[in-house]
Amino acid sequence: MRTPREHFRLVVKYTPFHSRTVAANELNLWHRWRDYSVADAYFDVSLEYTALRNTCAVFDISPMTKHRITGPDALAFMNRLVTRDVAKIKPGRVGYAVWCDEQGQVVDDGTIFHLSPGVYRLCSQERQLDWLHTARLGFDVTVVEETEDVAALSLQGPTSCATLCALGLTGIETLTPFGMRTFAFGEAELLVSRTGFTGDLGYELWIDPAHAEALWDALFEAGNLYGIRPLGTHALDIARIEAGYIQAGVDFLPADHAIRADRTRSPFELDLAWLVDFSKPHFTGRRALLAEQSRGSRYRLVRLDVAGNKPATDAYVYDAKRRVVGTVTSAVWSPMSKASIALASVAMPHGAVGTPLWAEIYYQKELKWNRTNVECTVLAGPSYDPPRRKVTPAPMR
Amino acid sequence: MTKRIIIVGAGHNGLVCAAYLARAGREVLVLEANAQVGGAAVTRTFAPGYQVPAVAHLLYGFDPAIERELQLRQHGFTDAKSRVLTVALNPDGAPLVHDGREVVSGLSHAEDRQAFTDFMHKMRRLAALLKRQHGRTPPQLTWASWRDAWPLVRLALQMRLLGRADMRELLRMITMPMHDVLEESFAGDLLKGALAVDAVLGTKLGPRSGNTVLNFLHRYTGASAPRVPVGGMGAVSESLASAARAAGVQIRLGARVAAINIESGRATGVTLASGEVIAASTVVSGADPKTTFERLVGLQYLEAELARRIHHMRCEGTAAKLHVALRALPQFKGVDAALVGERLLIAPSALYVDEAFNPAKYGEYSTDPIVEISIPSIADPTLAPAGHHVLSAIVQYAPAHLNGGWEAQRAAFEARVLAVLERYAPGFGSHIVATELLTPADLETQFGLRGGHWHHGELTLDQYLTLRPVPGLGHYATPVQALYLCGAGCHPGGGVMGRAGRNAARVVLQGGVS
Ligand SMILES: Cc1cc2nc3c(=O)[nH]c(=O)nc-3n(C[C@H](O)[C@H](O)[C@H](O)COP(=O)(O)OP(=O)(O)OC[C@H]3O[C@@H](n4cnc5c(N)ncnc54)[C@H](O)[C@@H]3O)c2cc1C
Repeated sequence: MRTPREHFRLVVKYTPFHSRTVAANELNLWHRWRDYSVADAYFDVSLEYTALRNTCAVFDISPMTKHRITGPDALAFMNRLVTRDVAKIKPGRVGYAVWCDEQGQVVDDGTIFHLSPGVYRLCSQERQLDWLHTARLGFDVTVVEETEDVAALSLQGPTSCATLCALGLTGIETLTPFGMRTFAFGEAELLVSRTGFTGDLGYELWIDPAHAEALWDALFEAGNLYGIRPLGTHALDIARIEAGYIQAGVDFLPADHAIRADRTRSPFELDLAWLVDFSKPHFTGRRALLAEQSRGSRYRLVRLDVAGNKPATDAYVYDAKRRVVGTVTSAVWSPMSKASIALASVAMPHGAVGTPLWAEIYYQKELKWNRTNVECTVLAGPSYDPPRRKVTPAPMR
Repeated sequence: MTKRIIIVGAGHNGLVCAAYLARAGREVLVLEANAQVGGAAVTRTFAPGYQVPAVAHLLYGFDPAIERELQLRQHGFTDAKSRVLTVALNPDGAPLVHDGREVVSGLSHAEDRQAFTDFMHKMRRLAALLKRQHGRTPPQLTWASWRDAWPLVRLALQMRLLGRADMRELLRMITMPMHDVLEESFAGDLLKGALAVDAVLGTKLGPRSGNTVLNFLHRYTGASAPRVPVGGMGAVSESLASAARAAGVQIRLGARVAAINIESGRATGVTLASGEVIAASTVVSGADPKTTFERLVGLQYLEAELARRIHHMRCEGTAAKLHVALRALPQFKGVDAALVGERLLIAPSALYVDEAFNPAKYGEYSTDPIVEISIPSIADPTLAPAGHHVLSAIVQYAPAHLNGGWEAQRAAFEARVLAVLERYAPGFGSHIVATELLTPADLETQFGLRGGHWHHGELTLDQYLTLRPVPGLGHYATPVQALYLCGAGCHPGGGVMGRAGRNAARVVLQGGVS
């Protein structure tokens, strides 16, 4: 049973952890994620980031759009929706996926949780109810948005496993990456998945909103000796760029938001070819993607190591002949790799691994604008990918 | 691997398509659910000894090229009556009679005489432009090469060649409601009522709805006056079937297709309701687009957005058929005996038509419907026992999705229509031997027409030309490889014309893709 919805009276929504995030937000810095008010930073972006990479940090992911998909055709529906083979995501497993429109352009990316046989949760950055209702025609499935019905925290960093052990989640270290398991938490059921958006060892915790505050409190108590800190969006953003993860609305424009046809990207153009499974006979975008495969893609997503120490935010990307071949979509100074790094979208055939590109960076010094043209190296993979992310049993330190 | 082409449905378009494919040397198998060929162009017995054209009853726009190329005359196709007049019945006096070009008699306002001649002349010119598109695959809206752009360029050129005045008229009128055009053109109510019928028949639109001028023009892309074949509408289909068989087509009746089989995005054949699987290299569906994709293919095999467009395609029929077996010819008030065999209309004014439409908007039937009557047994006595007659009437508005359903209300509706007929032909009731009412719901179950719709999908600008039946399916080919459409749901639309079938055959032969 749902409680009567009063949210429309509010200009802004608060997550189930709001009382705790307010208390923790020493800087009182907030922004909107969808309709929710979430913290940019709690006390110091650098220190939050340092906690994430050296101890552990907690990010409130409750605003993430969540849908539950059930019914006899749930698997068939999921398989027609996304480009990868969902049959390979067994119950108790999670998979990353993208879904496309009929032109083969990415609508959004997200994670599929195979909660129990034939029951899926789809988590995404963007609202998807309309798209899912379109995709539902012809299938015997029920699609219910459950964004507000599930509270969620992301606990990431080297001591995240130890913290969960201290919380009493016995055996959590044996959970493999992209696995999930449920635990009792007081009266409630706590679902833990070994997933995240930081490229590090980490977990996501899913619980009934009524128990959200209790979970936060217990987690911080358990993590006290493991250096647990709250994590705001700014620090998270550094981590996700280091990990090379793309973000809807930043690194690609969701296809259903685009007016101009050349603004969208296909999975191939986002370096997600590994998510496209043509052995699957039917999925939305298949025809267009097959055609793209034979014709060639228009763009390529590249991970760049940018010379110098200035973040190449919004920079134009040039080839050796000083022609503009693309733009940077995300850029940051990476504390882990001690380098300025970026994600960029460049026109084919530019951007092959190892080839040079140049970024035109504008920066200010005491209100004076300067411009520099720096060489970039196209990297073969993410800037930061520690072994602990994949190791099972998960390290306790 | 088989080279067989399967055509789903022996509607007249399916038969035309089959005949052309076979004449081009292809192996063609037509699978028809019903026991007769023809789909909605069919003559059948509705009471012992009495036959009627069970759905369509007047032939307007049958493509003369098909008649010629398939040599239909040699396959038994002849007119029982050509140039059928339109007789607008008058509840209080003499009817108005026109032949599609001029008013023959019964004018209430002298100034309407010239106005009618001019109006019909203009409408024929505008209709001719639409007609020129009929024999072609609609233009592409995006194109990869200039060759693909040519049809669109040609359409633009032809519009320009209409001359400045006509082009302006076409652009002005094409989206207009017929009612407004009638008000600016004519004075007499009977005349306006009759023309309003031509603008709404077969649609879920009233004379004050947009797109009714388009529907009017669509009707007049055919001859200015309809005709009636010997043996009724079914004879057209029988002659097509005969021509198709002569070309080598195999037609199986009573073979209902339960599914079009798809493997890896390609049509591989069909499964019949009996469970029999028949392989094919190509499947062409003459069933309407909703039936084809929602029931036979399954929306799950389409891209999500295309599935949505098909799901939302407007396809609710509002035309019912009433068939009456009569022991004597009825006498219509003020109508000369010589005119009873023409096309009789009950629609005494445009307002009457508009008021008839109102209930349909809310899922109710008209208590005073518009009625188009044909008594084909006058020209073709083979249809009824000697001295007896059959009356075929299209009765509108009777929406497919009637509030409360048709079963509980069909008797009341039929009684209502008979009362209206009685009003125009006193004593009508005493001649009745038998009746048959086919609501749009019956047309759906008996003829497989989704929603009982005349055109297999509303004929409005948003579902017209390249956008017909929906964007992405405008060229007979579909995103499912080796699956094509050939029925009235495609360009250029419904009516017994055969053009969709002929165009589709050409695309299939060229191996067109969507
Ligand atoms: C009430 C009414 C009155 C009309 N009056 C006129 C008129 O006077 N003049 C005029 O020109 N037009 C008229 N029309 C329109 C005209 O009848 C149609 O537009 C035209 O007949 C459509 O032809 P078609 O071949 O495209 O499709 P259809 O005739 O509908 O043929 C489709 C065929 O497919 C078959 N089929 C469907 N599903 C399956 C399946 N699963 N397996 C096997 N077979 C299947 C059907 O049985 C049918 O034979 C009228 C329409 C209606 C509804």
